[in-house]
Amino acid sequence: MDKVMSNRLVAALYVLPALLLLLVLVYIPIVLTGYYGLMQWDGIGAMTFIGLDNYARLIQDSTFWQSANHTFLLALFSALSLIGYLMIALVLSGKIKGANVFRKIYLIPMLLSSVAIAQLWLKIYHPSNGVLNTFLEAIGFSNPPAWLAEPSLVLYALFVPILWQYAGFYILIYYAALKNIPESLVEAARIDGANPWQIAFRIKLPLITEVIKVTVVLAVVGSLKYFDLIYVMTDGGPNGSSEVMASYMYRQAFRSFDFGYGSAVGFFLLLICLVVTWLLRKVTASKEPIQYS
Amino acid sequence: MKTDTAVRLPVHPETGQGSEWLRRLGYVLLYVLLSLVAVLQILPLIWLLLFSLKNNQEVFDMAPFALPATPRWENYVKVWTEGNISLYFFNSVWVTVVSVVFTVLFASLVTFAITRMRWKGRSLVLGLFMVGLMIPVHSTLIPLFSLFLKLHLTDHPLSVILSYIAFNMPITIMILLGFYYALPREVEEAAVMDGCSVNRIFFRIVLPMTASVIATTAIINMIYDWNEFIFVNTFISSDAYKTLTVGVQNFIGQYTTDWGAIGATLMISILPILIAFLVLSERIVEGIAAGSVKG
Repeated sequence: MDKVMSNRLVAALYVLPALLLLLVLVYIPIVLTGYYGLMQWDGIGAMTFIGLDNYARLIQDSTFWQSANHTFLLALFSALSLIGYLMIALVLSGKIKGANVFRKIYLIPMLLSSVAIAQLWLKIYHPSNGVLNTFLEAIGFSNPPAWLAEPSLVLYALFVPILWQYAGFYILIYYAALKNIPESLVEAARIDGANPWQIAFRIKLPLITEVIKVTVVLAVVGSLKYFDLIYVMTDGGPNGSSEVMASYMYRQAFRSFDFGYGSAVGFFLLLICLVVTWLLRKVTASKEPIQYS
Repeated sequence: MKTDTAVRLPVHPETGQGSEWLRRLGYVLLYVLLSLVAVLQILPLIWLLLFSLKNNQEVFDMAPFALPATPRWENYVKVWTEGNISLYFFNSVWVTVVSVVFTVLFASLVTFAITRMRWKGRSLVLGLFMVGLMIPVHSTLIPLFSLFLKLHLTDHPLSVILSYIAFNMPITIMILLGFYYALPREVEEAAVMDGCSVNRIFFRIVLPMTASVIATTAIINMIYDWNEFIFVNTFISSDAYKTLTVGVQNFIGQYTTDWGAIGATLMISILPILIAFLVLSERIVEGIAAGSVKG
């Protein structure tokens, strides 16, 4: 048994294809991103080493900070929206007939590509023929805004489809966690005279704290990487008012052909993702694992 | 205590039976809330279906949710035959199938070697895959582009397929791990007694035993690969290799004013996933819950 299952040659053969792909296509590129960040490079010609100039430029680049600011706003919105998802999951997990059907309907937008969602919402937001403004005009608003062309509104307008897209995902995670709570615990609280609010806030929520923490990390880190939907719907516009870090990186590299600077932005994005993940895990780390018994 | 209603909102010991109507009211309110959310989740898609069956005049003159007098299926025929949508569609199909098969196969091999075999460095290798979960795709995009450029793989489907396999490997392994750890050791012991080789144990015994979790990971991978945008958008430039997400994006550019055609294109791009969901919804729900680490 031991001899057969410790065959190193077979183990190597099993692991190497995947490991090579991971190293060549994930790990080496992140190192290279940092390295290219030290270069002046148009992506095709020769690279010139310029030290930390790109990173210095990044720190003074107000457009970059504006995009970082938008990214953080999205992360904040996403984290806050978790409260709503959690409430819906609490309701859904409370012995509701057809809970399964609701849960599945909520999930549908999550299955669609961001491009399809973006194109659909472009039509919803269409200034004159979109379903939103048609509705607003019908109920008496004579001059509804062109949502995506309004610098002060665009970020909020973009957040609605994001909220729509991910609702089912987070509700599903919370629902699964809530369903895992042993019925006996809730029953015991009920016998002790706890009302539904007390059961929700004093019993159920504390028991799924771990899951809530994971979703906060997911929502925040997910927002840091947000790209597809914004790229299709506004391309960062109007005038940079919906630019986020990932779209700024893409623009610098693949539109302005400033691959060195784009790499610096990309490397910064990687660092932020890792640091934020680490920080959130640290801040939300539990002192002791939760026991159901 | 009455338990005939579906919601067992508790009968408060002090207020007792008198709160029966309150209980029912609460039940109705919760239902209204849940249904409202369900309607909001589904309404944009119904609107999309409706305008995909109308012409521009009908889209602009009729109420948004009015049914067209006669559904204009010709919108679908037009976009399917006129442009490259059918080409993009089949590119999506084969790129997705190849990527899913290799991702699941490689991930199964790795998970088997890590959880069932004994060799030095197992935990290090597992750690490498798990850290991979946190790395943003965008931070690797520029080096990947220049790597594929050097290998003459830009504008080649292999660039996209290899990237999908590499980037979906960590999540796939993560879902498989728990399942593999739970497999009983006795199975392998008996097989070894009978003189089975490792390959035989893996391909003939373990792989068939993991069929259900393989289906789950395959579906999750399918959804990610079918919907992927940024790799195709960056690496592929000729129409011959574009997949639906990018193809749809370009295609719609040509039809900026024809809402029916745009609607039909979008419907074609999301239908396979919707059909898969109707058929396999239980497994998809399970898979998304299992793969919840990837946002």
